[in-house]
Parts: sequence; C-alpha cells; structure tokens
Amino acid sequence: MKRSVIDITDLTKEEIDRLTDTANDIINDPEKYAHICAGKKLATLFFEPSTRTRMSFEAAMYELGGAVLSMTDAASSSASKGESVSDTAKVISCYADIIAMRHPKEGAAYVASNAASVPVINAGDGGHCHPTQTLADLLTIKREKGGFSGLTVGLCGDLKFGRTVHSLIQALSRYDDIRLVLISPEELRLPDYVYNDVILKNRMKCTQTTDLLWALPKLDVLYMTRVQRERFFNEEDYLRLKDSYILTPEKLFLAKRDMIVMHPLPRVNEISVAIDDDPRACYFEQVKNGKYMRMALILKLLRENGAITY
Amino acid sequence: MNIDSIKNGVVIDHITAGRGMKLYRLLDLDGLGVPVAIITNAPSRKKGKKDIIKIDADITVDLDVTGYVDPGATVNIIKDGAVVEKKNPELPLTLKNVLKCKNPRCITTTEQELPHVFRLTDKEHKTYRCVYCDTKASV
Ligand SMILES: [Zn+2]
Repeated sequence: MKRSVIDITDLTKEEIDRLTDTANDIINDPEKYAHICAGKKLATLFFEPSTRTRMSFEAAMYELGGAVLSMTDAASSSASKGESVSDTAKVISCYADIIAMRHPKEGAAYVASNAASVPVINAGDGGHCHPTQTLADLLTIKREKGGFSGLTVGLCGDLKFGRTVHSLIQALSRYDDIRLVLISPEELRLPDYVYNDVILKNRMKCTQTTDLLWALPKLDVLYMTRVQRERFFNEEDYLRLKDSYILTPEKLFLAKRDMIVMHPLPRVNEISVAIDDDPRACYFEQVKNGKYMRMALILKLLRENGAITY
Repeated sequence: MNIDSIKNGVVIDHITAGRGMKLYRLLDLDGLGVPVAIITNAPSRKKGKKDIIKIDADITVDLDVTGYVDPGATVNIIKDGAVVEKKNPELPLTLKNVLKCKNPRCITTTEQELPHVFRLTDKEHKTYRCVYCDTKASV
C-alpha cells in the first residue's frame, strides 16, 4: 500500500522506534544495505532551494544503491508554466519510485501525496512540517542518551516560529517521563496552540523561562535554534536579547558533563564555534543521523509499497 | 411570499439568535434566486431568542453547513403546507468548500482548483483546521 509521510504524526511511536532500529543497523552494517534499492529511483522535487536537505536525501538513496532524479529548479520548470503540484506529482510518479518534495507553501506535500501514485516524503512545506528533521533529532537523542525516558530536554531560542521545535515537542509528547524546559525571550515563546494542544493535552512536565543560565545545569539535552533579527519588532529588543541565547564555552561550563547540544543547522552565531570540539556538541552528528533516518524511511515506504523486499 | 405559511419549501428553525445571517451566507441562499425570509430575534421558549430562515422553494439544504453553524438548529421540510420531515444536523467531521483558508502561506492560495477542506479536530471546542496547513478556521 502506498504510504506518504507529511507530518511526524503520520508515523506511530512504534514505527519511529523501528526506524531508529533500522538506522542503527545501517550505521553498524552499511554494506548490508548498499544494494537494497538497486534499480529504484528517488525523485527530489524542490520548489525552493535547500541544498543540504536535498543532498541528504540524495546521499541516502545513493547509499542504498538506488538512483536519484533531481529537479532542483522545480519552481522555474513547472510552476512557472502553470502546472499544478498535483499534475507535477502525477508526472514524476511515472518516472520515480518515491518522491521527496520541498515547497514554500504549507500543505503542498499533502497535495502531492494525494495525487502521486508513489510514496511522498515531505522535505519541508513552508513553515509547516519537516518530519525527517524530527526523525534526525530523535535518532540523535536516542543514540546519545540511550532513550527518552527520564530526560530533561531544553529547547532554546525562537520557539514561536521554529517548526522543528514544534514537531520535536509533538514527537516527544508520546514518550513517558520527559521534562521540557522552554527557554526563549517573551517575544518568541511557544505559541499557545502548541502549548495547549500538545503539552497540556499530553500532560507533559514543562517549565518556561527566559533564563538560559538558570536552565542549563538541569538539562540532559539542549536544543538550540536561531533567533532571527526579523522576528523582532525593533532593533533594540533584538540587540538586548540576542546574546542571552548564544551558547558559549563559559555558559556550557554550567551544564552537565553528559548533556548534549543539538541544533537543526544552519547556525548563525547562536552556538559559538569554540564549542564544536566539545564532546557534548552533537549537531554535526545530527546531520549524519538525518541521512540514516532518511535511508530508513525510504526503505520502509518502498517496502510497504511493494517496490523492494528485504 | 407569505412568511407565515410556506407551501413547499424548507424552514430552518431554532437557530441560535445572531447566527441566522451567517447561515444564510454560508448556505449561499442569496445565490439561489428563490424567496427567502430571515427572521431574527424571534421569541423562543427554549432559547429565549432564536433566528428562523424560511425558504419558499423545494431545495435541499446542506446539513453539514447547517450543523457547522448551529448543531442545535432543526431543518423542517414542508410539503403542501405541512412538515413532512424534521432533520437535526450534527457537527460535520469535514467541511468542503464552505470555509476558505485564511493562511496566506497555504497551498490553497496559489492552487486555485484545490477544494477548501476543513476537518473537525476538537469536537468540544468546535475547532476546524485546514487539511493542508492546519490553520484553525476563524469562526
Ligand atoms: Zn490552509
């Protein structure tokens, strides 16, 4: 049966657990998976540029022995000719066995998944969803911390517009005994709908603070995000606040010795490069994990669609 | 049109006072070109005040739209001056082409041919969200 993944909630907790198992197995024995997708094609359909996400998907497919059809200028080649997302998805379905799609409009991947005859993976639809980023985050936490139960997870920076944060909270809400610490300036606090619909509804333990220094010693995981200048109404507020949410070696001194630092990347200056060599810095590991989870997801969707057996 | 006695048509009764015009608009009764009477703030034993819509034509009223605007309303089908059927609409699970998504970043803003679909995500709070972008419908 054709299955698409548009939102992280399209996957059950058990499915995510199995995906992380597969990813770990790939990491331990890449040779076993090196030819599993021979003869299969992934189409990367990018209506807006996001080179790193596209390369991650393409690297994932190559490492499974499959081939890649890349449409990097999808916006200029189809949309400008007036072709609808649905039609583009139908056409690409004739060539490819699976589609990874990025589009600036929210819901575009859902529209494509309704029209396509092959599985569609949402590689980001505007500020809406980006499920494979969340899969990368979950694998990183699981590999570095051994699991999710009992963890205190700090989310820092722009919690208002940061879709990766919303999606991660959604995914973590399905695990027991997780404590969240939301660290942000007042202006960039988590929106009420996420707070009410996810945190309160699932009775998650949660603290909100503006003070990173206060929160740091309590955390097992620190997830940093970018605080962008354009999110502030005035320059003054931005200048006043920006340094409070920059992670420096001095601040990291307050953290537990086994805390991990994560970031969806690209970073601007919110994590000082001096931290990169600290064993707690996991953001480049996170990038690698993103590729492995994309491999696991491609395998799962192709297998469920009967395109491969293993 | 005699608003008291409709021979063949539909009377939507027990509409919560204040919602009659909205129901009229969402049912697109204006576009039908048939005689319609809207009575607002009529005395009601049950509710104190109510709105009523009388349609003097044998049309089919969309129960999903009616249920969305007011699940407490009743839809009476009139034939030869008598009520032959009474329908109680329910809160619909999905609404197709009734509401428009107001999110400027939603795919429905650029792909005009897509149907506007909203899904009931929270029955208690009567929350509907766009199936494409999850934006809450503004009531
Ligand atoms: Zn929408």
